[in-house]
Amino acid sequence: MRATLFLLLILLIAGCREQNKPKLGATTQAKSSTAKEKPLDVPFPVYDYAGLAPLLNQKDGKTHIINFWATWCKPCVEELPDFERTFAEQKDNNVSMTLVSLDMPSMWSKRLVPFVKENDLKGNVVILDDPKMNDWIPKIDKDWGGGIPATLIYNDNKRAFYPHGFTYEELNKELLKFTN
Amino acid sequence: MKSLLFGLCLVICTTIGAQGYKVGDVATNFSLKNVDGNMVSLSDYSQAKGFLVIFTCNTCPYSVAYEDRINALDFKFKSKGVPVIAINPNNPKTQEGDSFEAMKVRAEEKGFTFPYLIDEGQIVFPEYGAQRTPHVFLLQATAAGNLVRYIGAIDDNYQDAEQVEATFVEDAVEAMLAGREILITETKAIGCSIKV
Repeated sequence: MRATLFLLLILLIAGCREQNKPKLGATTQAKSSTAKEKPLDVPFPVYDYAGLAPLLNQKDGKTHIINFWATWCKPCVEELPDFERTFAEQKDNNVSMTLVSLDMPSMWSKRLVPFVKENDLKGNVVILDDPKMNDWIPKIDKDWGGGIPATLIYNDNKRAFYPHGFTYEELNKELLKFTN
Repeated sequence: MKSLLFGLCLVICTTIGAQGYKVGDVATNFSLKNVDGNMVSLSDYSQAKGFLVIFTCNTCPYSVAYEDRINALDFKFKSKGVPVIAINPNNPKTQEGDSFEAMKVRAEEKGFTFPYLIDEGQIVFPEYGAQRTPHVFLLQATAAGNLVRYIGAIDDNYQDAEQVEATFVEDAVEAMLAGREILITETKAIGCSIKV
């Protein structure tokens, strides 16, 4: 019972947080209203690339792990526990983690929301819903072909993009270059 | 030690394999089994002006989103000498839904008008450097062989065919057939990694 209440509270907070950022989601939603109805009851922010870009360029003294994934991507799902473990160990070391889901709108409430809940993901889950991939993929990294998993790590001074998966050890090795 | 070497080889081999073709390279011929049981090679098409070799599969949501558009490409360009040849690069052992039997069912259900070939042993996709599904390679038949003219996505909107603003593949084929320069020769897209 207590757990249910707690979960409800989290959902509520997440919901409010989403509403507090109307400008970021606005472009996507405005655009989609001309296309087809999209489920808006997901407890994560939905961005197009312009909305996501600020999260990839924060100068706040923190080290940011940005992981691009989707529930349909097997290697992504396999490496998530290693990212979660690393985040749990490093978050007090001024590290933040954002999990950018590339799941399609039809999968958001059916697959993504249950997946995040079941696996109790602690990373900040956001949805990138921008079909103009050939425009935004090179903006994230000019050499990225668009395969996932892929990860960006950056802080105020350094930035590196990894168009491949990570093991726990590899991720920590890379992260150390940013946090030390 | 042996396993270390094996691991090292895996890394190196994958890296080499991942390079694949660049625009301008000569693409290899192949002979792969079609869903109708016959073997299909590029050399079977003596009159072709080119090919749309598309690596795609049953199970990737992006591939599924493009099935109707791949049929439409074949309809539009086969009569102009540029047929679609679809190849499923996934290992059916790791991805059950991509077995040869499942491919037959899917081709039947969707009424594929083009060959849908299984890359048995996963030999062909690394040579081309296909990285994901769907991944298109437009080839031009020339005296020097089949030259790669375009690599990338079908268009710029997987979600909604009606919202497409740039038809990359159609533009490339039209330009190639008209002898014009292909303006966009490479595009990027999110896709499903190929299951090895």
